[in-house]
Amino acid sequence: MNIENLTTSLQLIKPEIAISILLVVIVLFDLIFDKRKNLLPVISIIGLLITAYFVVEQFSMNNFAFEVGTLGKGLLAVDSFSAFFKMIVILSTIFIILFSVASSEIINTGDRHGEYYTLIMGMVLGMFLISSASDLILIYLSIELMSLSSYILAGFLKTVDRSSEASLKYVIYGSVASGIMLFGISILYGLTGTTNLYEMNALLQQANVGGFTFIFAGIMVLGGIGFKVSIAPFHFWTPDVYEGAPIAITAYLSIASKAAGFALLIRFMKVTFFQSLSADGSWIMLGIIDWQRILIALAILTMTLGNFAALWQDNIKRMLAYSSIAHAGYLLLAVAIFSNDGIIAVLVYFAIYLFMNLGAFFVVMLIANKIGSEEMDDYKGMGSSTAFLGIALSIFLLSLAGLPPTAGFIGKFYIFMALLNADMIVVAIITLLNTVVAYYYYVRVLKNLYLVRTETSHEKIQVSFGNMIIVLLLLIPVFVFGIYFTPIVNLAKNSAAILGF
Amino acid sequence: MNFPILTFLTFIPVVGMVIILFLKKENVSAIKYTALLATGIQVVLAAVLMSNYNYSLGGIFETASFQFTEKFRWIEISDFPWIGTIKIDYFLGVDGLSTPLVLLTAIVTFIATLSSWTIDRQLKGYFALFLLLDTGMMGVFVSLDFFLFFVFWEIMLLPMYFLIGIWGGPRREYAAIKFFLYTLFGSIFILLVMIGLYFSTTETLADGSKVFTFNILEMMNTANYTVDGVLSPLNPDNWRFIAYIALFAGFAIKIPMFPFHTWLPDAHVEAPTPISVILAGVLLKMGTYGILRFNYPIFPELTYQLAWYIGLFGMINIIYGALAAMAQRDFKKLIAYSSVSHMGYCLLGMASLNTMGISGAILQMFNHGTITAMLFLIVGVLYDRTHTRNLDDFGGIGTQMPIYTGFVSVAFFAAIGLPGLSGFISEIFVFLGAFSYDVIRVITIISTLGILLGAGYMLWTMQRVYLGTLKEKWMQLKDLDGREYAMLVPLTLIIIFLGVYPSAMLDVMNASVNTMVKFMQDTQSFFSAIGR
Repeated sequence: MNIENLTTSLQLIKPEIAISILLVVIVLFDLIFDKRKNLLPVISIIGLLITAYFVVEQFSMNNFAFEVGTLGKGLLAVDSFSAFFKMIVILSTIFIILFSVASSEIINTGDRHGEYYTLIMGMVLGMFLISSASDLILIYLSIELMSLSSYILAGFLKTVDRSSEASLKYVIYGSVASGIMLFGISILYGLTGTTNLYEMNALLQQANVGGFTFIFAGIMVLGGIGFKVSIAPFHFWTPDVYEGAPIAITAYLSIASKAAGFALLIRFMKVTFFQSLSADGSWIMLGIIDWQRILIALAILTMTLGNFAALWQDNIKRMLAYSSIAHAGYLLLAVAIFSNDGIIAVLVYFAIYLFMNLGAFFVVMLIANKIGSEEMDDYKGMGSSTAFLGIALSIFLLSLAGLPPTAGFIGKFYIFMALLNADMIVVAIITLLNTVVAYYYYVRVLKNLYLVRTETSHEKIQVSFGNMIIVLLLLIPVFVFGIYFTPIVNLAKNSAAILGF
Repeated sequence: MNFPILTFLTFIPVVGMVIILFLKKENVSAIKYTALLATGIQVVLAAVLMSNYNYSLGGIFETASFQFTEKFRWIEISDFPWIGTIKIDYFLGVDGLSTPLVLLTAIVTFIATLSSWTIDRQLKGYFALFLLLDTGMMGVFVSLDFFLFFVFWEIMLLPMYFLIGIWGGPRREYAAIKFFLYTLFGSIFILLVMIGLYFSTTETLADGSKVFTFNILEMMNTANYTVDGVLSPLNPDNWRFIAYIALFAGFAIKIPMFPFHTWLPDAHVEAPTPISVILAGVLLKMGTYGILRFNYPIFPELTYQLAWYIGLFGMINIIYGALAAMAQRDFKKLIAYSSVSHMGYCLLGMASLNTMGISGAILQMFNHGTITAMLFLIVGVLYDRTHTRNLDDFGGIGTQMPIYTGFVSVAFFAAIGLPGLSGFISEIFVFLGAFSYDVIRVITIISTLGILLGAGYMLWTMQRVYLGTLKEKWMQLKDLDGREYAMLVPLTLIIIFLGVYPSAMLDVMNASVNTMVKFMQDTQSFFSAIGR
């Protein structure tokens, strides 16, 4: 690698550099201005906005950064696909920082705010790298960077047993998943002699190395990614961690780390196993096994398991955890279509999922701030005592369920469009039946809010002006994108192309 | 006419809803009168629509002969990979099929608003949801784009869930969720068929390019089918038969057709009176409307093949509903089952596939809407005074409340189908139409039993509640007040008017029904040519 190559590559990783600088600034600020900790979120948001500017620049790019090997492929693929996911990460991070400011859990952690924001930036850096990594070593490293930060964040409430338990469970499960993934990576390297996904693909196209061992190693790597996005049967950590972690972090895990995981999943599947394009636009995949069948089976298993387990949850955070497992199932299904339609559906879904899921978690957090509970029974009859939050929560949950005219419907609509365009009718019917099951547990919250009449009246929950603005910032897109979704689909359409294809 | 009357008809209630949301919770009368005003404007607009309606235009499959059409591009995404341009139109219009139902919706909603005066809790929420429901109902009847139709169809779900669930009776939670899940279950099939049809039909744009379409009228045009679409008849392994059943089931849940009817008695018994009125008066018609608007012209070949089954289910509805009604002790449940029975006439009329039968079915939709609305109001009036609906508790109410009982007899006799009242005309049309179609002749003959059974349970109810000796505890009951007159008189006038002069309504739908019957016959040659 020569100097010229290095400087052009550095130009391509401006967002990552900006985040690294931001991370250092937060650490230094925390050390020097010990008394001014309340400025940390402001600095973080400003830094993120600057980063966002660099990410927007990347939307039209199509380059490799840090080229290695003889084929001119690189460690990082800088394309609009990765830029889209970086944008999702930035947006959710900004919201999470706003949530943290409003969260009584986080406020009560006293003088550890510096660490908190540093760790979040660490996660952001990890997720940025994940969404454009095209080299197995870098994939592993960036996943670890993201995971280690998130392990600590999940257990950030040191004094709460539940939180520590969540962190410990997360670490143990996570380490096992990483170990399996690393094992798979080493086998892949042993078979092909390269860690670069593009080079691996070029090799696979020529020689027939796609035997059983290769597929097995591929599945091991998929397992590692599947753990991050909580796909069954790698989902066991999700409910416990989601329930135990501070709500702001739960919301973050459910959006940002899931988005990064899906970006990686799509890139890994497409770049490594892509053979050619069929006449109807779907991808023909390499390998001796039918990847599509496996992924569809996993997707149906995931969504069914998530939806049915959610039916029996009495803790709303736990219910949302299972619901996020179900949503991972829908998203995996869209990936499994193996066509650009499917990828666009994933992108549209994420852009919408961001607002509705964050919104649901935020309202749950605001209510928990006041009543100190996330149990569904404590929500009984609350609809009349807190009209604004009640209506907002109802709308977010209905959007998660997919009721028109909310944006959640559009997300699901595009998945079904892609499914039917690929003639996967039976799968579409199974998925639709799943959504009906999902309605039951979402509506159950609404039932507790409004339908149940209680003897004791709740005290009114006052929402501060700032928090109301945050809720509205999340609520308005849920409506606007439900009625006018052209911009979001256009953005997804233009971001669906992965470098090299 | 450039005035976008259908948009106003559809969205006036939403405007009212927004106003109500900004009003103070304590300002009860302002909330009530805003709702009344919004629905009142709707009635006026519906009247304007009727007076400007051109009776000679058919509609159904031709864009040109739809009236008051409004069309503009809602969503347009070009260069979508492998699909091309995705476009969804905001496309409204009415023909003889939807105009009677638009009128019905406006009238019934207005009267239900009057009937809502007795609601005493959380009025703001109640009227906001009520008006949202109104928009959904109106939107369903006027939209001509499948996507738009589906959005309106789903918008209705949630307000109805809350209206039953919050303001309903003791078992309201169960009834509300049952209604919600049942309807949702039906609508996922509608969604699936919608997307399937989208990928099976194309529309030719002005520049000659072909794009997939959600336009209902383009979906009917046999020249628009793609070669390999899942629901295209040109595709040898198409899913049209299954899609037909799925779509039919989706609508049949709303009718509600046996065996999907079990949500209806629960929902009616638990719902407050005005919501029962809306439910029976308008919501049930969406099922039959949907079948006529979608199943019939889009899948004409299957409609011909399956007409016998539609007739059979109509018969089962008629007989089963009547028998079940006879066994009820709860006044409201009785009316609910009588609805099941009366909607069976619609199905029977539709199965006849001829002008007379289908006209009868649509007229029956309108008449059932007004008659059943009145029946539920009658129950409501009694329930407000006595707080019981048990039929055995009553007796001799006629002597205590004579004017009320006068209205009751009009409604009861109309429901039985007494000549001179509107119910008679539609039933006779249905039977004449169905009898003349030899495929379902036997079914028709058996169905006539329904008239007998109908007379049985209605007269028996009349006897148990209004005749006989008055119980002592009901001596204090007062007769109708002004608001109740305002609810009952218009419906009574409509029932009598259409009984004496049914052409007023039949003329509206005549051209369209003729067009539809002819369209379905004409398309048979296309389907027989390709061996379907």
